[in-house]
Amino acid sequence: MSVFVNKHSKVIFQGFTGEHATFHAQDAMRIGTNVVGGVTPGKGGSTHLGLPVFDTVAEAVAATGADVSAVFVPPPFNADALMEAIDAGIKVAVTIADGIPVHDMVRLQRYRVGRDTIIIGPNTPGLITPGECKVGIMPSNIYRKGNIGIVSRSGTLNYEATEQLTALGLGTSTSVGIGGDPVNGTDFVTVLRAFEADPETEVVVMIGEIGGPQEVAAARWAKENLSKPLICFVAGVAAPPGRRMGHAGAIISNEADTAAAKMNSIEQLGHYVARNPAHIGETVLNAMRERGIAVK
Amino acid sequence: MNIHEYQAKELLQSFGVPVPVGGVAFNPTQARQTAEELGGSRWVVKAQIHAGGRGKAGGVRVVDSLDEVKKAAESLIGRRLVTHQTGPEGSLVQRVWVEQASQIKKEFYLGMVIDRGTQRITVIASSEGGMDIEEVARVTPDKIVKEVIDPAIGLRDFQCRKVATAIGLKGKLMPQMVKLMKAIYRCMRDKDALQGEINPLAVVGSGDEARLMVLDAKFVFDDNALYRQKQITEMRDLAEEDPKEVEASSHDLNYIALDGNIGCIVNGAGLAMATLDAISLHGGSPANFLDVGGGASPEKVTNACRIVLEDPNVKCILVNIFAGINRCDWIAKGLIQACESLKIQVPLVVRLAGTNVEEGRKILDESGLAFITAENLDSAAAKAVAIVKG
Repeated sequence: MSVFVNKHSKVIFQGFTGEHATFHAQDAMRIGTNVVGGVTPGKGGSTHLGLPVFDTVAEAVAATGADVSAVFVPPPFNADALMEAIDAGIKVAVTIADGIPVHDMVRLQRYRVGRDTIIIGPNTPGLITPGECKVGIMPSNIYRKGNIGIVSRSGTLNYEATEQLTALGLGTSTSVGIGGDPVNGTDFVTVLRAFEADPETEVVVMIGEIGGPQEVAAARWAKENLSKPLICFVAGVAAPPGRRMGHAGAIISNEADTAAAKMNSIEQLGHYVARNPAHIGETVLNAMRERGIAVK
Repeated sequence: MNIHEYQAKELLQSFGVPVPVGGVAFNPTQARQTAEELGGSRWVVKAQIHAGGRGKAGGVRVVDSLDEVKKAAESLIGRRLVTHQTGPEGSLVQRVWVEQASQIKKEFYLGMVIDRGTQRITVIASSEGGMDIEEVARVTPDKIVKEVIDPAIGLRDFQCRKVATAIGLKGKLMPQMVKLMKAIYRCMRDKDALQGEINPLAVVGSGDEARLMVLDAKFVFDDNALYRQKQITEMRDLAEEDPKEVEASSHDLNYIALDGNIGCIVNGAGLAMATLDAISLHGGSPANFLDVGGGASPEKVTNACRIVLEDPNVKCILVNIFAGINRCDWIAKGLIQACESLKIQVPLVVRLAGTNVEEGRKILDESGLAFITAENLDSAAAKAVAIVKG
């Protein structure tokens, strides 16, 4: 078990023949991901990396039974590509693009109503179930298999936390980047709910940042609904108010948006908090020891 | 991207929203001339800067003669206006907007914003116009009305009537409010606005003459959508933005100046923020936030070093790269290129991890240059802080 993707997932790449898609499709296959083909409109009928290329997602699904898509399509066309994936019945679509217009995401989220596709991203490194399936751009060699579920807004901070866990001999069940945009496909709560239902996940790490109420809302949900220990870090204690720190979503607009305020609230809700980004790993290890959870 | 009030008013007018007649002026003579052409006996002269809080800072003058229009413009144009949003250095006023003064009967607040919670455009309205809406929300939350717009069907008349009724717009003003709200929604949607704020929305004139008028407007647009918004892109006023941030963005870098002495070059906004946090926790002070983003070429890394070093306070540079879509070998090549072309004198602490890390470290080792390498975030921050503390 794991969440969203596993060794049975059949993965296609949209924008398959592009440089980044090619690089990461190869890396995904190297760790055992079952990549079954890809889509590049206009190149249908050809092969790439020894796999079939289709003109549309619908054709790719019909021919391969694909249920997961890695969307490597430039931002102006990305929302359209996601709608195509939803229309074709893809179960999990991961969008890497950084720079999708927010109104496109608003329309996309409306299009999803009544359909059950999970959209991960945009502006995310994607998700990985180590040793089974990688759908994204993360460096797969830093992840090892284990019982910790990770969910983060930031990609590189997810890598940072993972490296700390790996250095301490800890491993990951599934790592999910929900992305740094103000309107994204999947929120923290959706991922926490999946981790709660996953028997392989015994500990959950949530990494947030300044701006917006989602970390505290998720921590509040977890207090009532998550039976597994939750360890949090929120980046941006040193960030000045009113300045957008890289991510469109990362801006302090009121007192509750600061990293310190969020970490205080999360701690008051009874969860573990790492105050220092370099201490995420050891905070997780201490929590596991306190709760008597085996290191694996 | 922000625009000026006068640009927002002109834009709204093109969508059929009632705004006072007025004109923009770049010097006092032009301001007087504009007022004369507008006619009337009372005018408002408003400093045009992107920051809010202009009224309280003396940037809005109501005057009763053409000479006073000129004097007001003289006292505003070329001065730095300091508001609670500009910071102590203020913002240079380069133009004023001159409009006919309105007979205000009552003021309202009307805003539309892409709400993260509902992931839809949400209308926010209040009977308490002309005030800071965050203050209204804090003190009298019952005076705030919200209405969520379904993007598939757009803003409906009944929703506008609900809002109008809730804030007390009755009779002939109700259909005016419906028309005005729908026009603002169309503007938000068609122009990729993230936020539109009308404060105040005023009732002017009395009896049968009563009508709604937008007296101030602030709009923020989505930078990621500018590629399809030519008209909005042309409204960009680079003079309102920090020149270094403009230069950085032209190289596809995200730079924000801070007041410390450790320059930072990091990939990813989250890790960049965490790096600032780690420096602060070690007792140091970061000079900037800089996200090189994904796919950082050697040229991009060189540009990043140059921009960071333009800050004379920088005593050390901390490079923290955890490569996913980036490659450590590209970053390493960029750093060597930067050291050679910029003749960098300050120490460079470099932490590389992730994709192609071995190749990256090898390139740095074999360069013969004096990079201070660090194995992880904690030791990188500690080493950088130790250097600047001597």
